[in-house]
Amino acid sequence: MADVPTDAPEHCPGTTSEQAGKSSACQGCPNQTICASGAAKAPDPAIEEIKLKMATVKHKILVLSGKGGVGKSTFSAHLAHALASDDSKEVGLLDIDICGPSVPKIMGLEGEQEYIYSGWPGGLEDNLAVMSIGFLLGSPDDAVIWRGPKKNGMIKQFLRDVDWGELDYLIVDTPPGTSDEHLSAVQYLSGAGIDGAVIITTPQEVSLQDVRKEIRFCQKVQLPVIGVVENMSAFVCPKCKNTSQIFPPTTGGAQRMCEELGLTLLGKVPLDPRIGRSCDEGKSFLNEVPDSPAAAAYQTIVQSKPVL
Amino acid sequence: HKHTLTHNSFSIIFYHCECVLYQVGILDVDLCGPSIPRMLGVSQQEVHQCDSGWVPVYADPQQRLALMSIGFLLDDPSEAVVWRGPKKTALIGQFVRDVAWGELDVLLVDTPPGTSDEHLAVLENLRKHRVDGAVLVTTPQAVSIGDVRREITFCKKTGVKILGIVENMSGFVCPHCSVRHAHPLTPEAPPTSLLQYRVTIFTNTTHNFTTVHNTSSTIQSYYIH
Repeated sequence: MADVPTDAPEHCPGTTSEQAGKSSACQGCPNQTICASGAAKAPDPAIEEIKLKMATVKHKILVLSGKGGVGKSTFSAHLAHALASDDSKEVGLLDIDICGPSVPKIMGLEGEQEYIYSGWPGGLEDNLAVMSIGFLLGSPDDAVIWRGPKKNGMIKQFLRDVDWGELDYLIVDTPPGTSDEHLSAVQYLSGAGIDGAVIITTPQEVSLQDVRKEIRFCQKVQLPVIGVVENMSAFVCPKCKNTSQIFPPTTGGAQRMCEELGLTLLGKVPLDPRIGRSCDEGKSFLNEVPDSPAAAAYQTIVQSKPVL
Repeated sequence: HKHTLTHNSFSIIFYHCECVLYQVGILDVDLCGPSIPRMLGVSQQEVHQCDSGWVPVYADPQQRLALMSIGFLLDDPSEAVVWRGPKKTALIGQFVRDVAWGELDVLLVDTPPGTSDEHLAVLENLRKHRVDGAVLVTTPQAVSIGDVRREITFCKKTGVKILGIVENMSGFVCPHCSVRHAHPLTPEAPPTSLLQYRVTIFTNTTHNFTTVHNTSSTIQSYYIH
């Protein structure tokens, strides 16, 4: 696990990397001797700390995608909304997309200053708590220009230092890809355990190609795949109500891929422009447009999820 | 830029218009999700070494479009590249230094979403060469524009000139009733001075801009100055 101490220089390779203490960037760093001696490579104590913290969290679900722009954050947010619609459940939504945090906007919480270290992170409903780096940025224009090790440190803080309390579900939204954020989430939660991953895709082969990589990632890190959601399956014209396929599934879409790989297709969500509008306004489209076939598809997915 | 799908597509449309006259290279630094090989129909190709370095894959018989992508280095297209930042940074350095691009008029660098290792690695390695600027790709949704604003900040902080912003998927023409649905613009939309082009998605495959050889002439005309 690559971790960067606060007094480390800019290109710090991370205290647990093979280059620790040995890279050219390490010259002059106060930790250089310790790192070079290998002492920093002991298992990160944070894993045990996070295991203790997460003992009060019943289910942890990672939401992944290979590609960007397939609707992962939209799904994460609305999964959280749907689960929290049961008042007896406590739900947490953690956004670990450090460079492109969308969750605050989709949840209608942009501009809120959330507390990191104490009490409920807050949120719209009493039983739905949200955390994202978006809450820590002063302005929507602020860019988080961080390399891997620094992003990893933030994710560790989100898991270890946020007072999540007792949760039935913790949904973790990720950026697209198979890199630092994903490895860190899996590794920091390796003591606590993750129920599994939901993978979001769209019908095109270009998207599926990356989903297959995501699935390989899950296999590599022994993360169970709960299932796959195919977003933007079809476009329903608000005027004539006919269905068209904007993104033709030229290679059989998520359905064929799931059949080939023995995975569960949790559902297919059509493209309804009203979803985008709800997200832009920070509202749950499950409430705003419950008659939409997309809302119905989401409800089916949430109810049928094997984890429930 | 939120959506990598539109980055790749944009790079390819750009190629269609430019390569008739120019020698073009595309460097795909999306190491986790390399889509350029497939989108240009060369996913089965491999990269070879020569005396001056790695030979890029050419997408066309006339060799006017040179490509480099990690996609060409993987035995299996489903293989996951599960790398942390430093390893990604190192490979991108090699892509810039060790590829025998030859004489190019334009080098397009296609990036994944974000403002992290890949983006910094590209800029650091191109520092001694001139970077003309960046084209930012977005869709009309506020979440996408929210990310573009961060990319704009990234460009300002790293001294990269913004050549312009492309808003993809601005509207959709229903093939059944031919009504054009524009996505409602939000108050977050970037200033019109930065919004130079708009591309509408057509569903008819002859107009599908992701099918390289069937680019609609209407769409092409957007990109010719």
